[in-house]
Amino acid sequence: MPLILTEEQAMLQEAADGFLADNAPIAHLRSLRDSRDPDGVSRDLWRAFGEMGFAGVIIPEAMGGLGLGAVEAGVIAESLGRTLTPSPFMGSSILSAKLLTDAGSQAQQAWLPRIAAGEAILALAVDEGAKHAPSRIATRAERSGNGFRLNGAKGFVLDGHIADALIVVARAEEGFTLFLVDPKAAGVQVERTVMVDSHNAARVTLTDVAVDADAVIGEVGGGEPVLGATLSLGRACAASTLTGAGDQAFKITLEYLRTRKQFGKLIGEFQALQHRAAHLFTELELTRAATLGALQAIDAGGDEADLAASVAKAKAGRVAELAVQEAVQMHGGVGMTDEFDVGLFMKRVRVLNELLGDAGFHAEQVARRQGF
Amino acid sequence: MTDLDAFRAETRAWLEANCPPEVRGPMRSEADMIWGGRDAVFATPGHKLWLERMGARGWTAPEWPAEYGGGGLSREEAKVLASELRRLKAQPALNSFGVWMLGPALLAFGTEEQKKRFLPEIVRGEIRWCQGYSEPGAGSDLAAIQTRAEDRGDHWIVNGQKIWTSYADKADWIFCLVRTDPDAPKHLGISFVLFDMRTPGVTTRPITLISGKSPFCETFFDDVRVEKENLVGTLNRGWDVAKHLLAHERTMIGAMGEVAGGRPVGQVALDAVGATEDGRLDEPMLRARIAELEVDQAAFRLAMERVGDQVKAKQAHPAIASMLKYYGSELNKRRHELLMASGGADALEWESERSHGGASARDWLRTKANSIEGGTSEIQLNIIAKHLLQLPGA
Ligand SMILES: Cc1cc2nc3c(=O)[nH]c(=O)nc-3n(C[C@H](O)[C@H](O)[C@H](O)COP(=O)(O)OP(=O)(O)OC[C@H]3O[C@@H](n4cnc5c(N)ncnc54)[C@H](O)[C@@H]3O)c2cc1C
Repeated sequence: MPLILTEEQAMLQEAADGFLADNAPIAHLRSLRDSRDPDGVSRDLWRAFGEMGFAGVIIPEAMGGLGLGAVEAGVIAESLGRTLTPSPFMGSSILSAKLLTDAGSQAQQAWLPRIAAGEAILALAVDEGAKHAPSRIATRAERSGNGFRLNGAKGFVLDGHIADALIVVARAEEGFTLFLVDPKAAGVQVERTVMVDSHNAARVTLTDVAVDADAVIGEVGGGEPVLGATLSLGRACAASTLTGAGDQAFKITLEYLRTRKQFGKLIGEFQALQHRAAHLFTELELTRAATLGALQAIDAGGDEADLAASVAKAKAGRVAELAVQEAVQMHGGVGMTDEFDVGLFMKRVRVLNELLGDAGFHAEQVARRQGF
Repeated sequence: MTDLDAFRAETRAWLEANCPPEVRGPMRSEADMIWGGRDAVFATPGHKLWLERMGARGWTAPEWPAEYGGGGLSREEAKVLASELRRLKAQPALNSFGVWMLGPALLAFGTEEQKKRFLPEIVRGEIRWCQGYSEPGAGSDLAAIQTRAEDRGDHWIVNGQKIWTSYADKADWIFCLVRTDPDAPKHLGISFVLFDMRTPGVTTRPITLISGKSPFCETFFDDVRVEKENLVGTLNRGWDVAKHLLAHERTMIGAMGEVAGGRPVGQVALDAVGATEDGRLDEPMLRARIAELEVDQAAFRLAMERVGDQVKAKQAHPAIASMLKYYGSELNKRRHELLMASGGADALEWESERSHGGASARDWLRTKANSIEGGTSEIQLNIIAKHLLQLPGA
């Protein structure tokens, strides 16, 4: 498969870029932040996103979605990175929709049309410690009556504070198991955490939460492969968003290099800055290739997909971090001001870097998967 | 017992008796910083006491001459004092542009009268200073400043605009670069003057930083009257004073990571990630990066000490401050990147009580300015290449 977008994919990209530029430019994030919006996302925008088909990009057509693949999901994720738009896309349209599509029962899949329409918001609760480490999940699911009792604490749950349903990863006797949990159920406590990038996450505490057997998504003990495929898609999409954010920060920087004067010269004339801009361009091109490669590998299926997703997330994390650091630095004092946008990119990239495993975590995965 | 041992014993005893418990241990947030000034604000009564006691001994400026209120310590004694302060994990008794920047410039260029008048106040933290250097069109190219001072016989009238003036809204006095000869080549028409921020015609407008705080300002001068006695150094030769001051500012910014204290990065990471059975941080990539940081930090600490000794022995090139500034500020940024990576999702919280209002994220963002303020890293590298390596200019 050529490592370029097909005509249809390029059109989708144009549509997503256009929609977000018109409806949710960076000013949108600022207004949600400055008005201390209780949701931290715009429900109207999310519905409009649904009407455009974006919210259901990977959801099967029979369930009201577009029935497209990882590449298309990544294309939209990248657009969201350019405009820094807070949206339930990652939590609902990627992570939750993927899990329910792959493993949900008929009743559970009833959520899918509502996710696609931008009406329902779902959240995946996987992380527990401060660092992403799925192998260390300690939340317990114990059999009780005809169902289970859940105990544990989750963090960094994207959109957890406004979720209509939570998907909780817990450890049952048989192994990892996924549960669909009502956030209003007795014993569920949800605390919104405002993040450094003014996006949303929550801490969720589960104390003796009783769920029926039909709350299990897929098989009891069979959560690992389902979760694995979902995390890979999520990581590749997070890499796409990092690519979008890093690339946009770079564009803003290039513009500044072409206009700011010091010592009677445009600062872009200084070779000290030219070489770094050229280096960053190179790194961003590698990142773009790695990310598209991962998305395509996921669509192709097979063993290589997880490795490719880790490569993409590691590369995108490091490079986007470099892009925002260079952006602030090359802007000088201006870059440190809240009024100017590059700082917002720096904050967003830091959070995305941490999401679903940082660059170090994924470099380590790459080593492991290659057997050293 | 040598004299130095005796000094250490006395110092230790005095600090044990006089360092209030509230200032021992890492700062919780910026609010713990002691800045002094006419409208001084203190996090706790202990913080106030700490400044008063240290100020009275001159230990906020340990190596300045005692006749100007300083500690009058030798370099060796000052090192002992610093190590005893570290032992107690004492927070700095005074953060002061007066101590870090203006004082050294006054010691080198000020008149006897100026030294007697300003230095003791600086040591005791009674007057808070700000630095009026940068202008919208004069950042890295500092000598391009346009703020004008017109000669009116016994005084000047100053007009112009400064930008990025840290804490201008909280400062009592400003040290300021002004153009006194518009016709001279740009380095040769600048003067270095001091004036009270309450002088009519001075206004400030705070600018919010990406850390969510507003420590710096745009500063406007509209027919501000400045007395001639407040000129430091020679008329039109203010650039020499400015450079001397910058060297101290740069060394100070370079040393920032050192005074910051706080928990070791490796410890933060262990709490977030966990350890393997044999006690190692259970994320090899992170562990390797932290280990490399520790190596560089240790080496940098010694390099700083060595340069200090060279300066004292008059063996240091004046441009060596650029090396410390460059490396120290990049190192401090690296340290905070790793603190964020080590803190994981916890470190990303912005408002929660648990995170002290996002203290680690806000500190991390603030460090991004270390390689910009006081001259950017690029400018430091240019200076190293030109003045230390004698490479030809572009
Ligand atoms: C938090 C903070 C606090 C500050 N506090 C004060 C203060 O209290 N008082 C004060 O007067 N100033 C203060 N400053 C201003 C600071 O000194 C300037 O921001 C700094 O000198 C850079 O100038 P600039 O912002 O105009 O950037 P510019 O000079 O416009 O630089 C933009 C970019 O171009 C690069 N560049 C410029 N020239 C060259 C060259 N010749 N070769 C290679 N690269 C080059 C720079 O390195 C930078 O990356 C503060 C700044 C910050 C961020």
